[in-house]
Amino acid sequence: MRALEPWVEEPLMTFLSESEARLTLLMTSAGQVVAQHGFTRAVDIMSAAALGAAILSSTEEMARVLGVRPFRALTHQGESHGVFLSAFETPRGRWLGLVVYGHDTSLGVVKLFFDRMVDELMVNVPTEGNKTKVLAENFENELHSSLRALFGR
Amino acid sequence: MTATYQESLEGLSRLRGITGVMVVSADDGLVVAESIMEGIPGEAVAALAASLMRRMGTALSAAGFALPSFMHLQAAVGALLVVPAGPDTLLIAIGDQHVNLGLARIEMLQAVEQMA
Repeated sequence: MRALEPWVEEPLMTFLSESEARLTLLMTSAGQVVAQHGFTRAVDIMSAAALGAAILSSTEEMARVLGVRPFRALTHQGESHGVFLSAFETPRGRWLGLVVYGHDTSLGVVKLFFDRMVDELMVNVPTEGNKTKVLAENFENELHSSLRALFGR
Repeated sequence: MTATYQESLEGLSRLRGITGVMVVSADDGLVVAESIMEGIPGEAVAALAASLMRRMGTALSAAGFALPSFMHLQAAVGALLVVPAGPDTLLIAIGDQHVNLGLARIEMLQAVEQMA
């Protein structure tokens, strides 16, 4: 497990050990990765983050068309794996969580401990911080430095 | 279908000492129908009880036994009872220290038959 910000580590570690999730990605709604577990290649993280953010944007638009409040989470149940995707508000903006789980756990358990992780993150989030805005011209550098940090290279 | 479940749950929830009953999806641990007292975290109980039942099933299968037909967890001030209700669902009851376990068990097994 690797996280860009230390205060994310403990809640994420607890979530991983309790939920037995295989892959987890925490990111901002812009697709900037905050923490990851289980991914071995940077390209996989970039793809998963982009696709996760796009899927949630699509469902939000669908909710808007239907005239209902945005869906908070969505799941995809595969034969051997399930995917849980959820958005949550933090003092640092809207974050997304993408979790891939297998037969050794269940959607209910993943959802339960994901909600608990979000509660813990809200408690841990520093009130004062360096909230640097990611500008378009800096985006690529930010992305590469994030990926370097997430893979320890 | 949910109305049938709800009818069975209402009957069970009237038993002395029963504080909550739920029909839960066995694979997902998600609540299908519930009749539960305020303050009891039904979703958490459902997810964890279903997970426990699944693990117990794995352990029993590995030991060469059939799948569990009834699970009773006794705590200091209450009990958790779980019965498979068909291939995909579980019937879960939460009881306090006053629950009559024998009666609750019989009623749960009858409720499962009704649901089937």
